[in-house]
Amino acid sequence: MIELILGKYNYWVYITLMMIGFYAMIEKENLIKKIIGMNIFQTAVFLFYISIAKVKGGTAPILWEKEGIPYDNPIPHVLILTAIVVSVSTTAVALALIIRIFKEYGTIEEDKILIMSEVSGKQDSTENSKFLSSTSLLQKGE
Amino acid sequence: MTLTESLPILVIIIPLISAIIIPLIGRIDKSIAFAFVISANFLSFIISISLLNTVMETGRISYWLGGWEPPWGIEYVVDYLSGFVLVIVSFIAFIISVYAKKSVEMEVEGEKILPFYSIYMLLVTGFMGMIITGDIFNLYVFIEISALAGYALIAIGKKRAALIASYNYLVLGTIGATFILLGIGYLYMATGTLNMADLRERLPMLYDSKVVLTAFAFITVGLSLKLALFPFHIWLPNVYNHAPSVVSALMAATSAKVIAYVLVRIMFSVFTMKFDLEVVPVTKILLFLSVIAIIAGSVLAIAQTNIKRMLAYSSIGQIGYIVLGIAISNQLSMTGSLIHLLNHALMKGTLFLVVGAVVYKTGMEDISSLKGMGKKMPFTMAAFTIGALSMIGVPLTVGFVSKWYLALGALKAGMWFLVFIILVSSLLNAVYFWRVIEGIYFHQKPKVRSQKSTTKDSIESLKPEIQNQDDAPVGMLIPTLILAGLCIVFGIAAFIPVSVVTPIVNMLLEV
Repeated sequence: MIELILGKYNYWVYITLMMIGFYAMIEKENLIKKIIGMNIFQTAVFLFYISIAKVKGGTAPILWEKEGIPYDNPIPHVLILTAIVVSVSTTAVALALIIRIFKEYGTIEEDKILIMSEVSGKQDSTENSKFLSSTSLLQKGE
Repeated sequence: MTLTESLPILVIIIPLISAIIIPLIGRIDKSIAFAFVISANFLSFIISISLLNTVMETGRISYWLGGWEPPWGIEYVVDYLSGFVLVIVSFIAFIISVYAKKSVEMEVEGEKILPFYSIYMLLVTGFMGMIITGDIFNLYVFIEISALAGYALIAIGKKRAALIASYNYLVLGTIGATFILLGIGYLYMATGTLNMADLRERLPMLYDSKVVLTAFAFITVGLSLKLALFPFHIWLPNVYNHAPSVVSALMAATSAKVIAYVLVRIMFSVFTMKFDLEVVPVTKILLFLSVIAIIAGSVLAIAQTNIKRMLAYSSIGQIGYIVLGIAISNQLSMTGSLIHLLNHALMKGTLFLVVGAVVYKTGMEDISSLKGMGKKMPFTMAAFTIGALSMIGVPLTVGFVSKWYLALGALKAGMWFLVFIILVSSLLNAVYFWRVIEGIYFHQKPKVRSQKSTTKDSIESLKPEIQNQDDAPVGMLIPTLILAGLCIVFGIAAFIPVSVVTPIVNMLLEV
């Protein structure tokens, strides 16, 4: 049992981090906090990839003069480099969206936005002009 | 290396490079950029056709990226299945790019038009890559390329609700993609390979392994999220509703098809039939979910007043059909499922293009705004009627062919109740489409306008009532009519798609 917990602690860390991120993505109302959760969620998977690359006693996967030195599997490292790029781009797109949401609605709290879009849905689902003025009022108020 | 040998990579390179070139050309002249988009899409359509043709003659094509031999290097594979889906997707992307010009000019702000086309090509790149790749990690990368392009395209329009729709899609889509990434990690952990063909050889001896089971579970759930299969569908209606019409049309017609293709690849090409049926009861779960999706999608569609939203819910039902055929997994039902990839792309493409034309002309997307349109836009509405009849599944249209094969497959598997489900869903389809068709042809336009215009600059709708013929511009009309015409052509000449699909089914089910 102890072997299962301590011997594989990096996997437990990854599961815990993943669940923390997952919880934040689902539960948080604030759009930025959701994105923070998303980053934790993705980073957890990176940790998992790095963990499976580890070889016991292995060193960096570079050419050594001496033969027979064990080295870590470099492929997951390379894969995760790609996944990090994807994650960065996703975060960038998400943040850009949040900036535009804030400009249009004047808030980044999901419940407030929902109320606002319901109100606007009743009057007119897409006309912006009225609500642009109301959001600018909101922004002044804050 | 000759040009013909490089065709598999060109399918991806052409849209990718043009995504970069379009903004540069656009600085000189916007109309040249638009022509460039069309020609790039046309070129990749022609290449797809020639690839499918080559596959039909000589069999599987394998392209080694950078000359590295698989399983070490990335391999691009064109076989019957990927060739077939490539042709569907590139054709729809081409048709919609022809249609796009005026609709995009109206629904997207001026300075965003060039980026719009650029991202459009990136989305196509992502789709083509997902279809053609034979490397499972490369698959993840392309899934994310298409997803990121999709988020941007949805949010690019003038509606502010699109921002929230895009954001929610981004959060859910990222959960799905990360699950897929995790599943791929588990597969790599168990087998030490990422090449799909290699995985197929190595996995059968590991079918008892919990690692492989976990991998399969993560990948399937992740793909279901991206596919908007029933319990994961919540992002889809808002996205299709609020995105610019062209984007709704492209995503409705191709996005779900490509993901369904990936699901088939994973279930039958990476894993085997034996695994799906004996080791994990995945087909039973999918069967259950798809039946709920079919019924729930249709019922929810009846309740909608916005036409794009109605079509979105109907899409959820149609995704159910595709998954249903995969879940029954005998020869007939798989044929139905794969033909439905083509058929649904044609019918939903038609319907969304018609809605785009109506939005262009009137600026409204409520079902009531279609009243009396039969006189005003006769050709567009004729296309709508054909699309709607196809969705209902009237004989001589494509919708009938796929439902026929699905029903035959269900009977062969001894699942009588599924025929009943298909019948009920067709009736529900008839209910919500007939409501629209009745309004189009048998109602006069209401004199007092109850709905306001839905976009700022729709001056059309403020003009006094005109009952004169005022159809969509030719550039929008012709692509719509071509898709509608194909709904009929492939409905009558159903043997053409069936002859393409039969070898695919044999390959997948190892008959």
